[in-house]
Amino acid sequence: MANEVCFRTLHRDRSWTLEVYESEGGYEALKKVLAGDWSPAEVVDLVKKSGLRGRGGAGFPTGIKWSFISRDMPGDKYIVCNSDEGEPGTFKDRDILRYNPHALIEGMIIAGYVINAVAGYNYIRGEFWEPYERFEAALEEARQAGYLGKDILGSGYDYDLHTHLGAGAYICGEETALLESIEGKKGQPRFKPPFPAQFGLFGRPTIINNTESLASIPDILRQGPDWFRELGVENSGGSKLFSVSGNVNRPGNFEVPLGTSFAELLEMAGGVTEGRKLKAVIPGGSSAPVIPGEQMMDLNMDYDAIQNAGSMLGSGAVIVMDDSNCMVKVLDRMSYFYHEESCGQCTPCREGTGWLYRVVHRIETGRGRQEDLDLLDDVAARIAGRTICALGDAAAMPVQGMLKHYRDEFQYHIDHKKCMVGAGG
Amino acid sequence: MSDKKVTIEVDGRKLEAIAGQMLIEVTDAAGIEVPRFCYHKKLSIAANCRMCLVEVEKAPKPLPACATPVMDGMVVKTRSPLAIQAQQGTMEFLLINHPLDCPICDQGGECELQDAAIGYGNDTSRYVEVKRVVKDEDIGPLIETEMTRCIHCTRCVRFGAEIAGIRELGATGRGEHMRIGTYVGTTVTSEMSGNVIDLCPVGALTAKPSRYQARAWELTQANAIAPHDSVGSNVHLHLRRGQVMRAVPADNESINETWISDRDRFAYQGLSAKGRATQPLVRENGVWRPIEWSDALALAAEKLKDAGAEANTLAAPHATLEELFLLRKLMAGLNAPSLDYRLRQADFRANPAVPGYGLSIADIEGLDAALLIGSNPRKDLPIINHRLRKAALNGADVMVLNPIDYEFNYPLHGAMITSPANMLSTLAGVARAVGASADGAIGELIGNAAENDEAARIATQLKAAEKAWVAVGALAEAHPDYALLQAIASAIAEASGAVFGFLPMASNSVGAALAGCVPMDGGLNAMQQLSQPGKTSMLLDIEPAYDCLNPAQAMRTLDETAFVIAISSFASESLKACADLILPMAAFAETSGTFVNGEGTWQRFDGCVRPLGEARPGWKILRVLGTLLEFEGFDYESPAQVHDELRAAIGDRGIDNSLDGPGDAELWRPKGMQRVGDVPIYRIDALTRRATALQQTREPESARACINAALAKRLRVADGGQVKVSQGGSGVVMPVRVSDQVPDDTVWCPAAVRGSETLGPQIGDITLEKA
Repeated sequence: MANEVCFRTLHRDRSWTLEVYESEGGYEALKKVLAGDWSPAEVVDLVKKSGLRGRGGAGFPTGIKWSFISRDMPGDKYIVCNSDEGEPGTFKDRDILRYNPHALIEGMIIAGYVINAVAGYNYIRGEFWEPYERFEAALEEARQAGYLGKDILGSGYDYDLHTHLGAGAYICGEETALLESIEGKKGQPRFKPPFPAQFGLFGRPTIINNTESLASIPDILRQGPDWFRELGVENSGGSKLFSVSGNVNRPGNFEVPLGTSFAELLEMAGGVTEGRKLKAVIPGGSSAPVIPGEQMMDLNMDYDAIQNAGSMLGSGAVIVMDDSNCMVKVLDRMSYFYHEESCGQCTPCREGTGWLYRVVHRIETGRGRQEDLDLLDDVAARIAGRTICALGDAAAMPVQGMLKHYRDEFQYHIDHKKCMVGAGG
Repeated sequence: MSDKKVTIEVDGRKLEAIAGQMLIEVTDAAGIEVPRFCYHKKLSIAANCRMCLVEVEKAPKPLPACATPVMDGMVVKTRSPLAIQAQQGTMEFLLINHPLDCPICDQGGECELQDAAIGYGNDTSRYVEVKRVVKDEDIGPLIETEMTRCIHCTRCVRFGAEIAGIRELGATGRGEHMRIGTYVGTTVTSEMSGNVIDLCPVGALTAKPSRYQARAWELTQANAIAPHDSVGSNVHLHLRRGQVMRAVPADNESINETWISDRDRFAYQGLSAKGRATQPLVRENGVWRPIEWSDALALAAEKLKDAGAEANTLAAPHATLEELFLLRKLMAGLNAPSLDYRLRQADFRANPAVPGYGLSIADIEGLDAALLIGSNPRKDLPIINHRLRKAALNGADVMVLNPIDYEFNYPLHGAMITSPANMLSTLAGVARAVGASADGAIGELIGNAAENDEAARIATQLKAAEKAWVAVGALAEAHPDYALLQAIASAIAEASGAVFGFLPMASNSVGAALAGCVPMDGGLNAMQQLSQPGKTSMLLDIEPAYDCLNPAQAMRTLDETAFVIAISSFASESLKACADLILPMAAFAETSGTFVNGEGTWQRFDGCVRPLGEARPGWKILRVLGTLLEFEGFDYESPAQVHDELRAAIGDRGIDNSLDGPGDAELWRPKGMQRVGDVPIYRIDALTRRATALQQTREPESARACINAALAKRLRVADGGQVKVSQGGSGVVMPVRVSDQVPDDTVWCPAAVRGSETLGPQIGDITLEKA
């Protein structure tokens, strides 16, 4: 059982066209919403009932997020879609934009109608040129068909969507930095509260959701919340796109029900390359703490299972590492990333990410000191939970995770000034 | 924000607060110290330094006190192990890339980072990696940068955006590469820029003029009142061995809040400039020579006595109330009615009793509308402008009638920019639109005024406003029809229910009026005194070449006056060219006294450094003259005695903007091009003109002629070319600036700058030819 929701039309030729989308039941949900088959409040209830949790990484229930804004609130309101997809290892939203853009558009219109938004913005990662063009073309089709613009399908509702291309900053995937970026400002997260539901885009109430979350909405309504919820497991409704990368034979995106075992997912991805031994898996994008291979083989891919194992499902980016990988080198690369991508606004992240990277890099290059491992643990603890946004946590968690499971490799590097596994350092 | 009272508990203490208040405001008010860098009570909340993290019960993580609204029953621990550990963590992060150059850092000893490091830092660092180094930018003559020390609190950035109203500093780059700078390498030009020096919690932004000149712990602090404008900002002077090393703001919420203008901050430099008068000087046969104080005073007394009732006196409006009061008393003793302080006034047909703002400084920010006539508030009165800006950002309609399209740091909701020749008729148009009426000639002027859309819009906004202000500015004072402008402005205020007021420039303009430093019956006003040579003239702290409406005429008249006594802190060449006796007077900070500011607040101050050389406080000089002339009641022993006497004499009189006049409404008949000679911000008084750092800014310091492109084309001159400018007498060659801020037939040629000494009136006929 795969490809039930966002990839439902993937088997079709030119699945990204309006024609194909409509032939697969596309825009039916929107028509029902606009016709009043469900009131906006009922739509929110259906989304709540479906158990859909934010697919960007935080896993916050989408229906509850929508219920924070009343459609009767006066003044402009906005819908924002986060297609920045900057989390290393994640490449799922790109394929939604490429192969099923109309599902996203339909989801964004429904969301807009529910809160009576004046416009929606899709913030697309700057490097995504082809997906951007696909999405723009789909928008144009939708406008021509009367799904966007003035008086949508005769409902009296005016609404349009705009795309905004990012400029290559990881931090702009953080929702409030993304809002700043749309507003033309430096991409820096805002201090919360107030949350976007009160003070969002241009200071107005705003719903901001991930691409996959919004693209799931039409099918949730069309096929019913129970259908969706029952695809998955308790507390993890629906199916989820997993971007499997690293040492696997067939890397790629796989839409599978939440709760699918990791072993099954690994098999779908063709298993570990060259028949090597599975060493470790980062189950939810590079910010998620690493899980040793043996433990991972016993886990199911759902929010609770991964969290109970000390990591998080995050954006569904599954990075698979075989036994040729030096974990010091892996952490060196990841710490460099967070050091480079910290926005610099708040102290612990601006100063701490550079410190973490430099210490890890010293260890990796054979200049480690005995006190460094305790220092890394301590510095990471002083960043985590002290910053304006989650980037500080994202930088600290991989360090804490690696040291928890592979401290011996780090110690070996320090003691012998070389790598335990022979590869790297 | 609701006013709902809540009770919270901080470190075991029960505290009352208002729901929604930030925690740090409550702890600050209760005297509970929470360390912070980015938080500042007058700036928006950034919550970026993470130094004020405290433990809040039920919160999973430590929370920033600056951005955590209080809720009823909240239990806070600022010194718990979790809070301390969070604060120490931040401290360590801030220090890893901060240079350990405290021994050569000007901020050393008064550095917030240094102080916090003592409380929360370690004696050794665990950081052994390479430290960040940041290249500096030159952001102008006032602020020194050492950006390696920056801790990215963004107070300076927020100051620019929120207070100064020009975003000159910003953050560029990401993460460790984040830099605070101008990005394009320009200088910082805000007239309030120096405040970032105080805001900067570290030594990244320090005062350039005082750089490396003193350590904080060598300085003693004295209170003073800034003498450079009618706001009377409260300042602290920092002194070392009898010298003023720098000036910083002293908090006074009702006057300058926590800010001061750059002029008030850096003009102290003039105190140690060359050319201070340090000993009495007399001119004999065209040669200046020192003279003993006793001989100098005897000579002055003799010349005053000789002139008797014909003696003339002019005083600077920044002289102290005590000096001005004694001056008036001295003239009364001589039976000499000719005294004045209105050195830049061109028309004396209408005279308010005591012109002032007409409302309090704090009230300005609550206005709904303001119409300013002949005023450049950003440069004339930066603190007043700051209050107007707050009003404007709150939705007030600020409107202007000006002969130059001055830059404002907030949106104007009406701007009538016109040559001085048309200012009166334009204002009459507003008066007509607002439905103002007046008797006689003024009424006719209003009745005959042409209607136009802008005037109608301004009139509508004035009438719609609940709290409105019509204020006549400094530049209007130099207008040949000043009296008529006042009369029409007053009529507009009356018809629209607005407060009528003036924007006096000098620190004691109001005090001078209260002290009666105006012509007594039959006396000559400033313009008359400076157009007809007399027997003996006495000047109190005036440089006639720079401080008068018409410097060419003033210099000529004084030169032809039989004897000129100059009581002055400076013995400048231009003063020597027209005076015969110079009595060296103590300057700002060297003397005690009282200023009455534009809202009518009396502010007393003490001298805090010794007068330079043999200079004496002005009140002492005047006292001795009175004694030598054998007048009654000059036997004061202290300035306090003078103060008590004048306090009783002035009684409860205060600002009174009601007009007496104008007697006639004869109109000025301008011919052709008109000069607009406003006084640039750093040319306002002798001290400021000698503050070298201020003179190095981009503000006008030497003569220039700004004209619009149409006039430039007609004269066939280009930007940067030279023109010969004349007003009656001989011409002055000066550079041309082409600017679209200047209306047609107008030449913006500032007064009080180098090269303007031989020009005529600030507003008047002018000719220009290609040089």
